[in-house]
Amino acid sequence: MVLDDVAIRRALVRIAHEIVERNDEIRDLYLVAIPNGGVPLARTIASQVREITGIELPVGILDTTLYRDDLIARGERPPLRRTEMPSAVDDRVVVLVDDVVSTGRTIRAAMDALMDFGRPRGVQLVGLVDRGHRELPIKIDFVGKNIPTQRGERVELRGTSGDLEGALEVVVHGEPEGAAEARA
Amino acid sequence: MMGRDLLGIEDLDRADLERILETAERMQEVGRRDVKKVPTLRGRTLVNLFFEPSTRTRTSFEIAGKRLSADVVNFSPSSSSLTKAESILDTAMTLDAMAPDAVVVRHKVAGVPKRIADALAAPVINAGDGAHEHPTQALLDCFTVKQEKGRFDGLTVTIIGDITHSRVARSNLYAFSKLGAEVRLAAPPTMLPAGVESLGAKAYTSLREALEGADVVMVLRIQQERMEGCFFPSIREYAATFGIDRKKLRYAKDDVIVMHPGPVNRGVEIAHDLADRRPSVILDQVRNGVAVRMAVLYQFAGRPATREG
Repeated sequence: MVLDDVAIRRALVRIAHEIVERNDEIRDLYLVAIPNGGVPLARTIASQVREITGIELPVGILDTTLYRDDLIARGERPPLRRTEMPSAVDDRVVVLVDDVVSTGRTIRAAMDALMDFGRPRGVQLVGLVDRGHRELPIKIDFVGKNIPTQRGERVELRGTSGDLEGALEVVVHGEPEGAAEARA
Repeated sequence: MMGRDLLGIEDLDRADLERILETAERMQEVGRRDVKKVPTLRGRTLVNLFFEPSTRTRTSFEIAGKRLSADVVNFSPSSSSLTKAESILDTAMTLDAMAPDAVVVRHKVAGVPKRIADALAAPVINAGDGAHEHPTQALLDCFTVKQEKGRFDGLTVTIIGDITHSRVARSNLYAFSKLGAEVRLAAPPTMLPAGVESLGAKAYTSLREALEGADVVMVLRIQQERMEGCFFPSIREYAATFGIDRKKLRYAKDDVIVMHPGPVNRGVEIAHDLADRRPSVILDQVRNGVAVRMAVLYQFAGRPATREG
């Protein structure tokens, strides 16, 4: 385990403060979570922003699966997750919230999806974990923790009790590409 | 597990059906957006190959394909060289040479989609073949019931009409049974095939008994041209004994819903005042057809060109 629930919470409190500092018009912000991991994180950030400013930010959920660039080639189709966008994105500053940012392809997909919902005034990005290996020019505005990893390893946000409702933790599993061959 | 083609509900298991229905729910959200289009099948080609006329199923597939950004080509015999005695398989092979990512087939003869699937590289989706199957109709019917009732276990679904000649009845029988509902088939004896009970349904020749406690009443279209034959004495007699109206519906549950695959013969299998209003959900079925076909295309279109076996 690389981040426990306390560390995750602390990171999100700090990120909430940074979001408030960075933006003049708090009322124009719109938190949009990338499921599944982004959802509990966005909710926590929203409640922190409320504590700091007294302003209740809308929280949307945006599935990126239908916008992926590797879907048809893969053959097998991943299950779709839900999309709920309760407010219009036009003229708002959308803060995308994802758990683990790596290649940047999910964020590219999320931005394309977002533009189909309207024309935001700006888009900012929260990544709880930045694990590197970027393949696209995507930058995280508010990062929880940089966790350098090898390709082949997997970084995952999960609930300690099986779902994402309760305590959370970030774990690294799998092993670097080539590690098994190196041992043999 | 789902194969590469969707030829019938018979080939799917409960998990497959649930997966498609859940995907359809997500697709329905896309249909509620301002921009009702996602780039999932961009650059892919969908061919609608309809040897038998159909407006709603073809249109529904066309809209579904376009909402997923596929290029949709409609091909129907009247506008093709089929009239020049080109065989069905030759036609399909010609289309296949244009490298479509999915071919949607309707034909009046059972088994044609399977024959075409065996010959083509592209995945084939059956849009109705003879009296065999019409899987996407059954899926949209299940989707409509799920939206209305929230479950399948413990539900009673009564299908009424010419069961023998109905691909809709057959696909729905498989689908609802696999999902855990009880399926009853009601028809005059000449329209009830022998042996339906081996498929897990209960057969009734008394409409009243079949309706007793039903949660869902599915009314099939009566093919008037078949009535000319020997299946039933007259349209009027069919309407009187098996036609569904509000009075007969009283035998069913209070919250019964009435479905029909369309197009409706008002005053024959369903009363005029019942077709457009609750408890009838016929227009919801049409609406849901697009989301369900998007889910089917998502699941089946554009798979890599390797065929098992």
